[in-house]
Amino acid sequence: MMRLPSFRFAQVETIEEAAALLAKDPDNTRLVAGGTDLWPNMKRRHQQAETVVSLAKIPGLTGISGDGKAATTIGAMTTLTDIASSEFMQANYPGVVRAVASISAPVLRNMGTIGGNLCLDTRCTYYNQNEEWRRSIDYCMKEKGSTCWVAPSSSRCWAISASDAAPVLCAINAEVELVSKNGKRTIPLADLYQDDGINYLLKSRDEILTRLILPTPGTWKATYWKLRRRGSIDFPVLGVGAAMNFAPDGSVQDARIFLGAVRSAPTRCEASEQAIIGAQLNESNIAEAATCARKASSPLDNTDFVVNWRKKMVERYVEGALRELGNLPETVKSPPHGNWAQ
Amino acid sequence: MAKQNSSHELKGQSLGAKKQNLNLIGKPYRRVDGESKVTGGTIFADDYQAPRTCFMRLVRSTVPHATIKSIDTTKAAKMPGVLGFLTGREMPIPFGILPVSHDEHALCIDKVRFVGDPVVAVAALTEDQAAEAALVVEVEYTPLATVASVVEAIKEKDDLIQDYGDDGNIHKRVSMEFGDVDAGFEDADVILEDDFFFEGNTHLPMEQHATVAIPEPDGKVTLYSSTQTPHYLHRSLTKVLELPASHIRVIAAPNGGGFGGKSDPFNHEVAAAKMALKLGRPVKIGLNREEVFYCHRGRHQVQGYIRTGFKKDGSITAQHLKTALDGGAYGSYGVASTYYTGALQTVTYKLPKYRFESLRAFTNKPPCGPKRGHGTPQPRFGFETHLDKAAHKLGIDPADIRLNNLVEPNTVTANYLKIGTIGLRKCIEAVIEGSGWRERYGKLPEGRGLGLACSSYLSGAGLPIYWNHMPHSGVQIKLDRSGGVAVFCGETEIGQGSDTVLAACVAEVLGINLKDIRLCVADTDLTPVDLGSYSSRVTLMVGNAAIQAAERAKEMIAKAVAKKLEVPPSRLGFADRRVFDVENPETGMDWPEAVIAAESEFGTLGTTGSYTPPRSPGRYRGAGVGPSPAYSYSACVLEVEVDVHTGMYEVKEVWMGHDVGQCINAASVMGQIEGSIYMGLGEATMEEMVYRRLPKNRSNALVHKFPSMLEYKNPTFLDMPKMTSYVIEDPDPNGPFGAKEVGQGPLLPMMPALANAIFDAVGVRIDQVPIGPHMVLDALEKKARGQNPRFGPKAFPTYDFGTPLNVPTEAEGGDGKATNVEDAGLRKDRGTMPEHKKGGARS
Amino acid sequence: MTDGMTTATLTINGEDRTVVFPTHHTLLEVLREECALTGTKHGCELGECGTCTVLIEGKPVLSCLVLAVEVVGQKVETVEGMKTGNELHPLQSCFADMGAAQCGYCTPGILMAAQALLEANDSPTEAEIREALSGNICRCTGYNKIIQAVAWAGAKMRGDLNYRPSDEDIFGADIPEGVTRG
Repeated sequence: MMRLPSFRFAQVETIEEAAALLAKDPDNTRLVAGGTDLWPNMKRRHQQAETVVSLAKIPGLTGISGDGKAATTIGAMTTLTDIASSEFMQANYPGVVRAVASISAPVLRNMGTIGGNLCLDTRCTYYNQNEEWRRSIDYCMKEKGSTCWVAPSSSRCWAISASDAAPVLCAINAEVELVSKNGKRTIPLADLYQDDGINYLLKSRDEILTRLILPTPGTWKATYWKLRRRGSIDFPVLGVGAAMNFAPDGSVQDARIFLGAVRSAPTRCEASEQAIIGAQLNESNIAEAATCARKASSPLDNTDFVVNWRKKMVERYVEGALRELGNLPETVKSPPHGNWAQ
Repeated sequence: MAKQNSSHELKGQSLGAKKQNLNLIGKPYRRVDGESKVTGGTIFADDYQAPRTCFMRLVRSTVPHATIKSIDTTKAAKMPGVLGFLTGREMPIPFGILPVSHDEHALCIDKVRFVGDPVVAVAALTEDQAAEAALVVEVEYTPLATVASVVEAIKEKDDLIQDYGDDGNIHKRVSMEFGDVDAGFEDADVILEDDFFFEGNTHLPMEQHATVAIPEPDGKVTLYSSTQTPHYLHRSLTKVLELPASHIRVIAAPNGGGFGGKSDPFNHEVAAAKMALKLGRPVKIGLNREEVFYCHRGRHQVQGYIRTGFKKDGSITAQHLKTALDGGAYGSYGVASTYYTGALQTVTYKLPKYRFESLRAFTNKPPCGPKRGHGTPQPRFGFETHLDKAAHKLGIDPADIRLNNLVEPNTVTANYLKIGTIGLRKCIEAVIEGSGWRERYGKLPEGRGLGLACSSYLSGAGLPIYWNHMPHSGVQIKLDRSGGVAVFCGETEIGQGSDTVLAACVAEVLGINLKDIRLCVADTDLTPVDLGSYSSRVTLMVGNAAIQAAERAKEMIAKAVAKKLEVPPSRLGFADRRVFDVENPETGMDWPEAVIAAESEFGTLGTTGSYTPPRSPGRYRGAGVGPSPAYSYSACVLEVEVDVHTGMYEVKEVWMGHDVGQCINAASVMGQIEGSIYMGLGEATMEEMVYRRLPKNRSNALVHKFPSMLEYKNPTFLDMPKMTSYVIEDPDPNGPFGAKEVGQGPLLPMMPALANAIFDAVGVRIDQVPIGPHMVLDALEKKARGQNPRFGPKAFPTYDFGTPLNVPTEAEGGDGKATNVEDAGLRKDRGTMPEHKKGGARS
Repeated sequence: MTDGMTTATLTINGEDRTVVFPTHHTLLEVLREECALTGTKHGCELGECGTCTVLIEGKPVLSCLVLAVEVVGQKVETVEGMKTGNELHPLQSCFADMGAAQCGYCTPGILMAAQALLEANDSPTEAEIREALSGNICRCTGYNKIIQAVAWAGAKMRGDLNYRPSDEDIFGADIPEGVTRG
């Protein structure tokens, strides 16, 4: 059996306690929420910790609060199941529900939390491997090694952002609250990420993501298209999170399009957005937006499927997502979305 | 007819309409291990807990090909809880599943051959401690050139992976010709040729291999292991440990899935036994998932070339098949696998003349071996897609080209396989009827398509791995005054239901309930030998042995009861736990009374049964692979929907007809068919064993791309289509109650059926599996550009197979022997592996 | 802060037991090794296969990704707790009758996930069954018999004793008319 190395385990009861422990030794302390990312990573020894601080016993970090008329707040420890099965969420944020319901499998969603998914370690098939396997490639840049094997001449790590929730939440301009012993701050979710496989989160190590804040329902019409091999369990090979609002004449007033799993951060496709803003959605501007998105993505051979095909799929899936938002007839078949999502 | 009884009762034995006067056989009933499996009661190898058990881990090679410079355990020895180490020098005798390729060591001695090859064993008080200690064992290597493919294996002449084989890194080379093939091609109206590629894939049993080795007080050792072949493990342990076979006891735990992946004797099993004897305490090792990928022995990657001559009516005049197998670093079952990529081409459609050339290459990857269908799915994929193209070329419906050319029952094929019953016509008719083939094939809207493919498989190999005159399967029965019947047999339950087959055959003959039977199985000390759960042999061979033992018991009981009842023994019936006068059913006695009568008459009661397959007619070198007492047949229609924008496709429905001869347990038969559809679809759509080589200027690495459950893609609950199964029962005289195999056959047509369905849907040919959406899109793009709408391999690797062994067919007056044994360069200088000197390490 | 060893009382299948275990050990390890409840199996220990599924507070979770120390005070249910006395749970009897357990290794995990499903919904559709069990891999059955067994067990649990799996599910489809007879 694969086993965890030993560590000190702290089950704290306040966020302040957690923040203090993190601040004491940020490099050797890790937070655990649902455990579905950290424990496998520690079993495989590509993440280490002398101390693991569990957020599970801190009251007030779970639950969805909103009345549908203003912003909605979701505690970081709310499980993915609780979000996907929430009637309030299904009614008010169907695009978010679709993304959350597509994460892994039901049994994992019972454990995994929204905070955990947003902070998910970047992934790479040269990195998410056992210690012995990684030894046989002399490790990689993200951990112990010096080369990014997926792009050996590159000076950066190309591990990919594999959160399903992030692209659509960035698209609707959600915000997150970060707490440290120095206080709290709220930033746009999109600003939490940077395109670097190692330092993919723009937060200091001692900050704790405590809350997710969604804009007032109705601000955005949003959707999420996920590409993966199987109907369940798999991480996204591509995620398209798109959000729009429409002017009374039906033209696109504003649009935000983010791609997941094509770089080390959710990738905003501003050129795609510009291609459609101010116009009615039609075949040609959707095609243009899709082409721009393809250009913004740089899938590499560190996840499932063939790279060239994945690049083509960026175009097809952006096209599919935009057509869906514009109520145009489906061309590319939409991926299955499970029972809860529409 | 599949259905005997529509008002079935699922619990215990069912009553109702009888077929062939059978009480139990053919109905659905709860397996004998059904309850223990749903309560967590089944004890798998890793569940076994013995007092004072310590834990072992293997330190595995992190380099793909190298000599071992040094091993340093100093640091590891100081780790907490560490009890001891083993290195290869302590187990210098090689072993392996086939006597011609004893090329494995429990731990590598001088050389490692792939990433994952074990080098050192560490034992510690806890599994945590063993794992931590294993991480700090230091091994230094001197790298050797690596070989990652068949083509590289042919080229690399210096750093050979093994020191034996037919030609450099070519482990096995086969070249045979049955009949005058050139003349056959001259007779053809149309000749087609195709290249195809079948990526390797693995079994992925849910249970990771585990072993507990227990030293016994008298110097003996007992192994409790997840193995499909306790008998062969027993042989290997005897050889490596240099102990008398009678001092080693192997008990096969019920396997948490096998599929061929637990059919070899493994390093960890041998090392655990040695460690237990060294430390004098029980040793447990449970592999992690990555290590299961390193054990592998799964489907060989095969590139193939197929050329066939057809008459205008679709009949075949000749075929030439070439296969190249990427074997991985060790022999395993590879010699047999190589022959199997050609042997069964002849058993479905009349193939009067046939040339087969094949090679298996050593590469620096985990060894390949037998996976469900062993060697036959790859050429079957080539053949069935090829036949689909021929049908289109000749303007014949793909169903008709098959129906019109079926092998006749009770005939001998060009390569001297004896065909008994063949229910393939019924299989095809059932699936084309069920799927609406005649109305729908070729007529569905763009993007939707149907594909048809057929296949056949063995019901057990006709020859054992070690050629001898002993039975392949033995059963002993002990009966006593309690009325209880103890049945002893070496068979191994791997999930397929073999325990139930054994009990059901005995229960049927004696007219008793499954619950009257106590089984003792898969224990080399206590049970008569059964060769193992491989090659779909268990139902037929164990079933026949069980019937023989039970008939002998029945005869004794009948004699004793006849005497008491004063009726002739021939008039006695055995049913419903009674022995009675069939002409006067009230006259009789309950089962326990009947046994008491026999025990009183004859003393202690015990009988045996044995099974040895009939001799097959082939007398040429290589004729040992392919013969079987009976062949099962399958036909499949598959419906697919293809998204032309993405190349993604969805399998909508599968119709599978399988000729099982006779069901032993109808529920188990359905389970095997559906499970085969599942595993076949996995192979067709996503499963693949692929490897990465890092840029050569920076690294020598050659690693499995993703040895994990997550990244080795395998279908989930949400990836399976609707399945409709047709169970064709056409009893075979060689099978127990007429039964043939069902565990492997229905997997085989899935892959070609998908490729053929994609062609019907969008008009492109994918000559490769697994079929990725990028392949479909690529072929569609070629089609749009007016190019050959195909995705598949380029030409077969250039290789000189030498003079073929000529075997005239029966129709040509042949007698099963080759006519040119001297000329047909069967062996080159290094030849097949010699027997190694006892005790001596190979250099 | 817990370091090294933990002594804690776990509530497993309604029974409290006090166990001593290394703090970093998962619930899977503690169940199998400290409690001798080996009915819970493991297939990857990384959350990729579903084999080790148990119920915590009635919800299916992966015991390989939960520390035992995290479930102190919560109700843990394993396959060993399914029977009532010596009576099989309807799911267990239906699995046994349908042949939904072949090698039986994934079965305990699937039974747990199915139990949670049926507790919440005893008339699930086929799609709901597939979705609920979609994190559990089975390599033997092709899933069909499992789906049919869960549907049947649901019927038993809602008191529909007339429900039977169809002949087609058990014997295969009727051989169509016109097919040559043997």
